[in-house]
Amino acid sequence: MNSIEIKKLGLRFGEVEVLKNLNLDIHDGEFLVLLGSSGCGKSTLLNCIAGLLELSEGQIHIKDRNVTWEEPKDRGIGMVFQSYALYPQMSVRGNLSFGLKNAGVPKAEIEKRISKASEMLQIEQLLDRKPAALSGGQRQRVAIGRALVRDAEVFLFDEPLSNLDAKLRTDLRVEIKRLHQRLGNTMIYVTHDQIEAMTLADRIAVMRGGKIVQLAPPTELYNKPVNKYIAGFIGSPAMNFLKGILHGGDQPYFIVEDSKFPLNGYEFDGPVPEEAEAYLGVRPEHVVIGAEAEASVAHHSVEVEVVEPMGSDTLVWTQLCGQHFRVRVDGQSELKVGDTLEIGFDPSKASLFHAQTEERL
Amino acid sequence: MSVLAYESTPEKATAKKARSVEPSGSRPTRYLDPGRIILYSVLFVAAVYYLLPLYVMVMTSMKGLPEIRMGNIFSPPMEITFQHWVKAWDSACTGLYCEGLKVGFWNSVKITVPSVIMSIAIASVNGYALSHWRFKGSEVFFTILIFGSFIPYQVMLYPLVIITRELGIFGSLSAVVFVHTIFGMPILTLLFRNYFASLPPELLSAARVDGAGFWGIFFKILIPMSVPIFMVAVIMQITGIWNDFLFGTIFAGIKNFPMTVQLNNIVNTTQGVKEYNVNMASTILTGAVPLCIYVLSGKYFVRGIAAGAVKG
Repeated sequence: MNSIEIKKLGLRFGEVEVLKNLNLDIHDGEFLVLLGSSGCGKSTLLNCIAGLLELSEGQIHIKDRNVTWEEPKDRGIGMVFQSYALYPQMSVRGNLSFGLKNAGVPKAEIEKRISKASEMLQIEQLLDRKPAALSGGQRQRVAIGRALVRDAEVFLFDEPLSNLDAKLRTDLRVEIKRLHQRLGNTMIYVTHDQIEAMTLADRIAVMRGGKIVQLAPPTELYNKPVNKYIAGFIGSPAMNFLKGILHGGDQPYFIVEDSKFPLNGYEFDGPVPEEAEAYLGVRPEHVVIGAEAEASVAHHSVEVEVVEPMGSDTLVWTQLCGQHFRVRVDGQSELKVGDTLEIGFDPSKASLFHAQTEERL
Repeated sequence: MSVLAYESTPEKATAKKARSVEPSGSRPTRYLDPGRIILYSVLFVAAVYYLLPLYVMVMTSMKGLPEIRMGNIFSPPMEITFQHWVKAWDSACTGLYCEGLKVGFWNSVKITVPSVIMSIAIASVNGYALSHWRFKGSEVFFTILIFGSFIPYQVMLYPLVIITRELGIFGSLSAVVFVHTIFGMPILTLLFRNYFASLPPELLSAARVDGAGFWGIFFKILIPMSVPIFMVAVIMQITGIWNDFLFGTIFAGIKNFPMTVQLNNIVNTTQGVKEYNVNMASTILTGAVPLCIYVLSGKYFVRGIAAGAVKG
């Protein structure tokens, strides 16, 4: 069963088309992440679902109910904002109960829900404080609590962790995931951070220019990105792209300068072109070195140019066939600038993108 | 000490070196450096310069006429008397009526209080709607409203007289209140709009998700957050309306003249003896309300004046 259905949604501000003919079905209990760089329309889409923005076209259904013209409060949603958006003049308790009071929920019920939510988020001892007396992490917990007490069908998160420092972000990320596992509600989560998206999502919708470019589970997004943009966006360190010529036929292969990379076993998305300019995308973490490299299908000797140790692993910058190439190696390796390194990878596990359309081949 | 330090015997030099401490911890405060002395003297002179007229007024208001005629305006009264204050308040003549300033005071109160409340009530809702509930043409509406503050009042006097006449309120307190409310609108709307626009829009979104409507958000979320700007608006309006002379003269009618108009009538009589002491007492009494507000509200007053500076 679908929790949310978005049908042919369009949004215009005057002449500017922000969202175009957008369709999206979100399953019951699913954790969906809207991912994209700033200005791609992901927050706008979330605001449309919340009912904070009027649609120009299309429909939104929540729990099989057409809510296109309904006020935010009647949609059965709870929302968490990036800037917390806590009411500064109210105590935490006031913030949590504001929506329930507006809805005319009886006092005893309000108390019950507040104590349940505050226990779940460990903010019981903060209930009588004003938001100004809370830290960033505590504020965001209260903001989540405010969505929680509404007993909403759907939770909407608008970059909730972007204002927090790195450590708190990872802590709260896990907590949101736990919350989802415990509540089982449908959650829509907007972020520009691909790690947050990968770690939290059941499915990720990557948006660009007001459209959903790919909607897939994290692993699929990682292994089979549909275009070069997503390939470069997902994964850290970013994917390497080698520009060359793809030769089709029974034994497809890829030529970069004078090196040949056989593509036996590569799953092409469509018909294989005879000969085409293309990019071969290889993830730095899929490159092997040393003895393993010698055994792999495509192996080369390269010179180490820059070494970036990150503790758990080390990123090595090299040149492969005259093009920049990053390799992730073990953090304990003691490579130095100028060393020669034997690298290899499996081209059939790589990704091929058309040079002009940048679509996956 | 410095004289000793400048004697260049080697022992003295080392002694001085030993005395001077390595900088560490908080820097020692120097209360009497030259910069501060200059600053305070300038402030002192400025304060005296502005307080002197007030001093002269207070002194004069407590002197008898014979003493005033001696011309020593700075000398304190030989015999302190408050009878001129009583006269100014209770029985000074303004034109035909000799009931003192108290009539004007109460008229001013009757004009100021409703005008302040009404203009702020309307302007705050205006500013709220214009900042967070944009409608088609709201920008044009706002531009027209702001344009209003650039038109000199005098241009609109005649049309306003006609309008109030047609409404049947000309020459009454409601006419003055009406006019003050209208003229407070552009600047107050600007003030409120800009303040509300600076509040995070997410806060209003959150309130909407929480089920608060247009008025719910305004009364439960925005107003409690906006006490400072309401203070500024109140101060700006009270001082502006209390000090108004023009609208009071034209629209109020003889019986409802505000204090400023009455003061003018007392001070500018061309007949009989010029009672300087009564005039001074009347002037201080009239100026007392803005003065008290200034003393009571401090920093808000300055902000109010700064915001009102646009008014021209």
